[in-house]
Amino acid sequence: MQYLLMIHAEEGGWNKLTKAEQEQGMAAYTAYTEALKKSGVLKSSNRLQPSSASTTVRVANGKPQVLDGPYVESKEQIGGYYLIDVADLDAAISWASRCPGASHGVVEVRPIWSMPA
Amino acid sequence: MSFPEGDAQARDHARNTADAVARRNYGKLVAFLAARTRDVAAAEDALSEAFASALADWPRKGCPANPEGWLLTVARRKVIDMHRGRRRHEIAAEQLKIMAEGLDAAATVTEIPDQRLALMFACAHPAIDASIRAPLILQVVLGLDAKTIASAFLMSPAAVGKRLVRAKDKIRQAGIPFSVPERGELPGRLDTVLDAIYAAFAEGWIDAAGMDLARRDLTEEAMFLARLVTELLPAEPEALGLLALMLHAEARRHARRNRHGDYVPLAEQDPALWDSQMIDEAEALLRRASVLGSIGRYQLEGALQSAHVYRCRTGHANWAEVVQLYDALLALAGSPVVAINRALAIAEVHGASAGLAAMQEVAADVRLAEYQPFWAARAELLAKTGAQAEASHAYEIAIGLERDASVRRFLQLRQSALAPWPPR
Repeated sequence: MQYLLMIHAEEGGWNKLTKAEQEQGMAAYTAYTEALKKSGVLKSSNRLQPSSASTTVRVANGKPQVLDGPYVESKEQIGGYYLIDVADLDAAISWASRCPGASHGVVEVRPIWSMPA
Repeated sequence: MSFPEGDAQARDHARNTADAVARRNYGKLVAFLAARTRDVAAAEDALSEAFASALADWPRKGCPANPEGWLLTVARRKVIDMHRGRRRHEIAAEQLKIMAEGLDAAATVTEIPDQRLALMFACAHPAIDASIRAPLILQVVLGLDAKTIASAFLMSPAAVGKRLVRAKDKIRQAGIPFSVPERGELPGRLDTVLDAIYAAFAEGWIDAAGMDLARRDLTEEAMFLARLVTELLPAEPEALGLLALMLHAEARRHARRNRHGDYVPLAEQDPALWDSQMIDEAEALLRRASVLGSIGRYQLEGALQSAHVYRCRTGHANWAEVVQLYDALLALAGSPVVAINRALAIAEVHGASAGLAAMQEVAADVRLAEYQPFWAARAELLAKTGAQAEASHAYEIAIGLERDASVRRFLQLRQSALAPWPPR
């Protein structure tokens, strides 16, 4: 089954870290990504730009309304994701618990809706 | 509508066979189907349709030699049909194929493997809402309907029904595994399984005389499940403690009612009527658990039963020890119910007033307002302190809250035995 691991974290947190801490944090994510690749479960992953770079779009009465900013204003935002393919929820939880994001934020484990072939 | 007598007999025979299979193997069949599809609701639906087919088919063609196998084959086919139709939009063709293969491979097994434990662990998974885990196990493994479960857990049937459906959806959609957890995960996960088994046992225990067959089955099924857990996990002290607790309670079943069907409290029971084989087994289980070095709620409750048995058999008052056990239990699982029993034990050691004082500490708990044993215990202690009017009032409420007629009669007797009030 495929699961999306969404990393919810405080956005300002990263900038408050010292340079050494940031390097350590990057290294932890690199190692985690490497471990996911090595075990063959990683489908894709990305870090996201901060939510200040977000734009929301909705169409009302046939006219697109474009707004600056994220859909939900909150201190915590999705900062990145991992899409993994594992046997079951326990395996997904086990990978989520190793994610550095689970220590400085929260990792949401969301199963992918698999479409008929 | 009238049937020729032969048909009626065939129908009865088919129904009896189907009932017997359902009673023995319902959970096993659900577990087997669900473990291969992760779809508990579909497994239940398919099985109930298979039972309906059996009731239509067996009277005409005769009961099959292997009724379990027959039901499994029909249910398998129905599960696959269901997935092709209703749930197709959610399930990839590849997954459907794997599922069908898993079910086909299953068709060749002669003995259905028992995966009830794996099913119970799926239902007690931390990703499932904690308060619905026990009801879920009762429904899925034992086949109880939402109404019975709701009454056991004092919840509204409609709400329970909805939450059960949601929990089953979660198991399927989130990919919760059907397996016994790894060593490190086990203790925490096991607690929720044991709680559910105990809840099933308590539900069956309400009918102590064993007049209601469905309830009797529930205690037997719960004891079977507890035994199953101890066999598969022989070094888990709490599982041993739970089985010991159940055996102690079960051992006294027949002594709890006299020959007129009246309720007999523990202190007035005849120990000769107790099942000493069960008591011996319970004691052996508690000894086994005690050397495993981890105390818990069920071991303590088992030890309390054991202390009561010792006292009643020997006439040797051991209330101080009983209070100590309740202290430990209260520290571990602070429930108002434990506090009430502890207060009764304190009354035996230090007198009724001390007991009442201990009870006062939890009396503010709103849950107790509707809890019969609280009012009965309060009435008993009040009567001993000479507060007849208050005692009578407390008995009144206890009687009003009791659903078992024989216990009601017992409480009424106690109430009428109070000194007349106002004094004449």
